[in-house]
Amino acid sequence: MPSPSPVLKIEPVAAADDVILSAQNITKVFPGTVALDDVSFQVRKGKVNVLIGENGAGKSTLMKILAGVERPTAGKILLDGREIHLNSPLDATQLGIGIIYQELNLCANLSVTDNIFLAREITRNGLIEYKSQKQRARELVSKLEQKIDPDQLLGDLRIGEQQIVEIAKALAQDVRILIMDEPTSALSAAEVEVLFRVIRELKADGVAIIYISHKLEELLQIGDYITILRDGRMVAEEQAQKVNVPWMIEKMVGRNPAALFTRKERPLGEVMLKVENLTLPRLGGGYTLDHVSFDLREGEILGFYGLMGAGRSDLVDCLAGARPQATGKTWLNGEPVSATTISERIKTGFVLVPEDRQRYGLVQALSVMDNMLLASLKNYLRGAFLVSKREKAAADQQIKELSIRVASAQQPITALSGGNQQKVVVAKGMLTRPKILLLDEPTRGIDVGAKSEIFEIMNRLAAHKYSVIFVSSELKEILAMSDRILVMSKGAITGEFSHQDANEEKLVAASAIGHGPANTGNHNGKG
Amino acid sequence: MKSVQMKTKSRITKSDVQQYLLRGRAFIALILVVVVFSYLTPAFLTTENIVIIFKQVAIRALLAIGMTFVILTGGIDLSVGSVVGMIAMVAGGLINQGINLPQFGVIIYPHTWMIIVISLALGTLTGAFVGFIITRFNVAPFIATLGMFYVARGVAGLLNNGYTFPNLVGRAEYGNTGFEILGSGNFLGINYSIWLMMGFALVAYIMTTRLPFGRHVYAIGGNELAAELSGVRVARTKILVYSISGFCSALVGLIVASQLVAAHPMTGDAYELTAIAAVVLGGTSLSGGRGSIGGTLIGAFVIGVLNTGLVMVGVSSFWQKVITGSVIVLAVIIDQVQARMQEQIALQKQQDIK
Repeated sequence: MPSPSPVLKIEPVAAADDVILSAQNITKVFPGTVALDDVSFQVRKGKVNVLIGENGAGKSTLMKILAGVERPTAGKILLDGREIHLNSPLDATQLGIGIIYQELNLCANLSVTDNIFLAREITRNGLIEYKSQKQRARELVSKLEQKIDPDQLLGDLRIGEQQIVEIAKALAQDVRILIMDEPTSALSAAEVEVLFRVIRELKADGVAIIYISHKLEELLQIGDYITILRDGRMVAEEQAQKVNVPWMIEKMVGRNPAALFTRKERPLGEVMLKVENLTLPRLGGGYTLDHVSFDLREGEILGFYGLMGAGRSDLVDCLAGARPQATGKTWLNGEPVSATTISERIKTGFVLVPEDRQRYGLVQALSVMDNMLLASLKNYLRGAFLVSKREKAAADQQIKELSIRVASAQQPITALSGGNQQKVVVAKGMLTRPKILLLDEPTRGIDVGAKSEIFEIMNRLAAHKYSVIFVSSELKEILAMSDRILVMSKGAITGEFSHQDANEEKLVAASAIGHGPANTGNHNGKG
Repeated sequence: MKSVQMKTKSRITKSDVQQYLLRGRAFIALILVVVVFSYLTPAFLTTENIVIIFKQVAIRALLAIGMTFVILTGGIDLSVGSVVGMIAMVAGGLINQGINLPQFGVIIYPHTWMIIVISLALGTLTGAFVGFIITRFNVAPFIATLGMFYVARGVAGLLNNGYTFPNLVGRAEYGNTGFEILGSGNFLGINYSIWLMMGFALVAYIMTTRLPFGRHVYAIGGNELAAELSGVRVARTKILVYSISGFCSALVGLIVASQLVAAHPMTGDAYELTAIAAVVLGGTSLSGGRGSIGGTLIGAFVIGVLNTGLVMVGVSSFWQKVITGSVIVLAVIIDQVQARMQEQIALQKQQDIK
């Protein structure tokens, strides 16, 4: 509605009449974090509405709300000017909202056709019409210029083909609004071209597209309107032809300096860890880790930056011994590392603080102390029995050293805040007396105060000659904390920066290598 | 239409033959046990004996078919044996004692067909209730059905204070005679229970292969989240699946009570385990999403033939258990080997394409 009030600024992107879907003042609170904070988002008919932001900016949460998977804590959604309530994915489907999810949501045990028509089977007299389904599936797949047998089991397809099936599945519905969350992450350049052609056809039919991607050049090529999220807030909305890549990066990254955490200068020791040609093949072709080589010095904090799925977590998993199928050579202190299992690797001196604290870091049913001691139980044995005095001493010492705030060591782990839980995971690692500490997103989901404490612990450990690998998606944190930063993209290292020359633009640029629209990159590996 | 897949090799390779044998392993095992027992005892392949085997298998197969639906969704139903007992006792009570309504001073004796309808409905509702508990309160199927395993067995005992309902023939003046026909009656010389098994197997086959419901069952077992996000009504489908299992249990309860012309509270004891064994032998994956009704039928026959055959050969009942148990575990090991081989072949194919 046009407002006569002179106080209001004129909207930069006007013409409200072609808005088909509008999310207004959406707030979504998860326990511990605010994923979306008063976000408004307009979706225009027959246009490609682009949504961008860093990892964790809230894009996927917003899309899940529009697809009926999550419900907003506050705010409303208008479709054609009428408020709608989406309580399930089915509601969204019935209103003509389709979604292509970032992580593939397909059933590997069903055929391509069955996947495309899941929950909207073509039936006659209640029986599935296999012939017409197959016919239609073949049409959809050939519209996407693919040669995929509709009878093939989905699980036997390579990832890129599965992505095509996911797209075909969305096209099989009669959609008015189609959400595409990173649809091109597994596609080759030629396949991306085909997808763009299909998108243009859909636009011509008046379908509104919501398009999420990290590939900024690609967005300028296909997008009409660009909305940028940062830290759960909407920071900018602009027509695509008026903007360029540096503008988008600036808006995504923001300009507030990281004042809360700083790195302490310290001398670095000898090379502690040397990794050569670490390779992890991916089921379905290509590499999760593509011949990664690097070294790490004593007392060094080495940051790893990259987009989601770039292979950073897989890298630390490999070093921790969690991926026995990985190949490559590793030296620790000049000695080749032969340990292949996790427990042997821990004995050698590697310890991982995993990305998903709740699932992989902690046993929810156990107390703070039991969690902390889990990886180093053999240190508290006398004969075959655990000595509770030794256990208690070890736990108390860690609680003091890492200043973990607990009433007692016997408290259930679930009673602790995210930050303190994370410190328990770090303590568990420290008790194994490691040489190399692998921290995978150690600050995810914890508040700023706890973050700075974790960073202080990292600084102290590095000063005590521990070598730290620090994986993070938070640009500011990685820039502030790392002595050196390696950037990964599609399983390969695509950039190396010292603390002095690293800046946000360089890291973002390096993390997008191999993602460009005209670049097939190392999609299928090199060898 | 152009051929979609490149045929890299046209000749039959060793791995093709291996795959073929592994896929048909349940059927091969069935033929094998039949051949072995026919060789060991000439009485094995007589019409009489085959009819006995079929009658035995019919009961197991009916339960196993219901169980197949449940296991395809990645669940399990431990309550079927107890529900068999409970429904047998319900039917027995309705025939011998009727429905007592003291406040009106009357006892209602329903007709036999009504007793059958009431029993089947009750069994189905029991299953639906379990499914509701599983989906509404997010209880693990193992726990929910373990609970019903105890509850239904308890109810079976409570219905006649632990005693049997004997002589379930009804009385002509009440119009509730003829219950025993279900167990002993023949059509075209074949026992009703066998017809029921074949009929229900056909229905189940159509449900799993031709109905959207069947697709949804497989989808839930394969990737529940993906199914939900595609718009499959996961909770409803699961409740239906447990209802089917409950229906099968009720049917078996009626057949068993009718065959014995009596209802004992321990009827159906441990039937859930033979049903699970048949499903697993038939190649259905306990983690869900993979398997078939046909496989389950074959699995039920393998167990049936094995049991009857071992008895006829004179193997002690203790050895029978040892052998049956070993066969089940062996079947699952072969299952895992096949799955790994298939994965390798799929990887190999992709390598070939590149």
